[in-house]
Amino acid sequence: MGKTLYDKLWEQHVISTEDDGTSLIYIDRHLVHEVTSPQAFEGLHLAGRKPWRIGSMVAVPDHNIPTTTDSAGIDDPVSRLQVETLDQNCNHFGITEFGMGDPRQGIVHVIGPEQGATLPGMTIVCGDSHTSTHGAFGALAFGIGTSEVEHVMATQCLIQRKSKNMRVLVNGALKPGVGAKDVVLAVIGKIGTAGGTGHAIEFAGPVIEAMSMEARMTVCNMAIEAGARSGMIAVDQVTLDYLEGRPYAPTGELWEKAADAWRELKSDDDAVFDLEVVLDGADILPQVTWGTSPQMVTDIDGTVPDPAASEDPVAREGIGRALAYMGLEAGTRIRDIRPDHVFIGSCTNSRIEDLREAAAVVRGHHVDPGIKLALVVPGSGLVKRQAEEEGLHQVFIDAGFEWRNPGCSMCLAMNADRLEPGDRCASTSNRNFEGRQGQGGRTHLVSPAIAAAAAIAGHFALPEEL
Amino acid sequence: MEPLTVLDGLVVPLDRANVDTDAIIPKQFLKSIKRSGFGPNLFDEWRYLDHGEPGMDNDSRPLNPDFVLNQARYQGASILLARENFGCGSSREHAPWALMDYGIRCIIAPSFADIFYNNCFKNAILPVVFNDKIVDDLFFRVFEHPGYRLQVDLPAQTIALPDGQQLTFDVEPFRKHCLVNGLDDIGLTLEKAEAIKQYEQRRKAEAPWLFS
Ligand code: SF4
Repeated sequence: MGKTLYDKLWEQHVISTEDDGTSLIYIDRHLVHEVTSPQAFEGLHLAGRKPWRIGSMVAVPDHNIPTTTDSAGIDDPVSRLQVETLDQNCNHFGITEFGMGDPRQGIVHVIGPEQGATLPGMTIVCGDSHTSTHGAFGALAFGIGTSEVEHVMATQCLIQRKSKNMRVLVNGALKPGVGAKDVVLAVIGKIGTAGGTGHAIEFAGPVIEAMSMEARMTVCNMAIEAGARSGMIAVDQVTLDYLEGRPYAPTGELWEKAADAWRELKSDDDAVFDLEVVLDGADILPQVTWGTSPQMVTDIDGTVPDPAASEDPVAREGIGRALAYMGLEAGTRIRDIRPDHVFIGSCTNSRIEDLREAAAVVRGHHVDPGIKLALVVPGSGLVKRQAEEEGLHQVFIDAGFEWRNPGCSMCLAMNADRLEPGDRCASTSNRNFEGRQGQGGRTHLVSPAIAAAAAIAGHFALPEEL
Repeated sequence: MEPLTVLDGLVVPLDRANVDTDAIIPKQFLKSIKRSGFGPNLFDEWRYLDHGEPGMDNDSRPLNPDFVLNQARYQGASILLARENFGCGSSREHAPWALMDYGIRCIIAPSFADIFYNNCFKNAILPVVFNDKIVDDLFFRVFEHPGYRLQVDLPAQTIALPDGQQLTFDVEPFRKHCLVNGLDDIGLTLEKAEAIKQYEQRRKAEAPWLFS
């Protein structure tokens, strides 16, 4: 029987397996940020242990970082201590860190690939659930808790059980104006936020093959919102072209050798999946979430659902509670919903292609007067620089957007960028949970193009309707 | 880690699906660099009527009387009864830390998010999966009978109901072993240091780019 991509990645990293299936697996790359590492470092110190392989680690502060250009440091003392603690721990052990002020600093899931620290065939972990992003490179990448962060630091390994195999096939081709974010939201809408629980998802099919690396990262980023710890995509020429020449990527003869090995990182034709979901790309329209879970999603032509129409009492209550929180009436047309905030950023959609997509919509228009704040937060210092070289920042600024410094920002509002109770935000991030972008804040997840169009129109709309 | 073997605990029912880690412990409390002290901020946005920030005196904050954790009959609960996909969202281990700090040692639900499920075992909390029908029935019983308690026996993998009924549950042998004995799995893994080094040698030869 053939093997799946996940089977291959798993087998290459197993050191030993117990009778009950519990395995010790080796971790090649450990990405570290300030929020989920301090207690792990503390654990190491207390036990008198040292990191097993310092060279496997790359650290960056991102969640707490202020994004306003005029702030010299972090005002909030609690946030500042967390970032300083990361600096100290990295200094102490000699761990590579892209600290505040380093042009390479940015969201951990943006900088890993950007630096080529994310390579095909690797096991990649980080104390952050969106580590699934890195699976776009044919890697086995997943988020871990802080105890596991400490475990990887101390042993370079994790104790895991193999997940089941799931494939999401996206056939055909996408309509113009439909992108990676719409694809992944449509998948979550179809299978639900627990649809991939216990599985590793491989995204495949002509639509995925036609995507750029950045689009593939957007898709894998939200595998966790579909319940799967890891999402992945087979290696092809697109993967190799993206990586060649990046700082951490191998060079010369080693590159050739690596590239040969990486081309094998795909599921065999006769591989068997425990679960398979098939979508037709042509059926997918731009998506907008209306509730407080990413599965509460419809398309731009849709309406807010009626809880009374649901058969299942738990679901009915969930929808009712979500509508009350979101301040929405059943039957409201998505196009009639009026956000007052727009956030373009996060590890889902803050790369250069996302900013180009948004800027193309915004160019020559102005932000609607009903919008209190429209933010663009690039994913890294290098993305920011690239965008400025292309003049994208001026397009945003001229239209009335704020152009900020890189970080997680309003994706989870741990820094000063947050919604106030009742604020409604069109956001390119990945979670619309209650309070995610600020207590009482209301989040609608959308693509960069739809967020940009909402900023201009003052309500959800397609770019061509502006 | 504290061992967990048997537990006779009061049950608190949290009757909503897809309870995410942002709800269990909101992000502003993640700025702490400690592992403890999260209990008072467990379910902060549901539990209090005002907006919580780190450093506040939680005892003087207005409680939301409608939230189940605030109801007199559930004070001192150590077993949380929940709905499907409990603990979805982020990988933050602050979620089990907050539950543990509050006093929860066992969570019963029809399903859990993977990372959260894993994080529970690392923090001496036992997550138990029962099918929807059993969970529904437990919700009914808890609502009907104030002071409803369950007896969890991890070594035997059973939960005893007050009426004498016994439910059995699944748990992976390795996880059970660690929980029952309160084992730190870093120590266990380091016993395999030789095997890890051998693996590294082999991989360095096969795929040197992974080590540069
Ligand atoms: S951008 Fe948002 S989802 Fe991504 S790592 Fe930061 S906080 Fe997490």
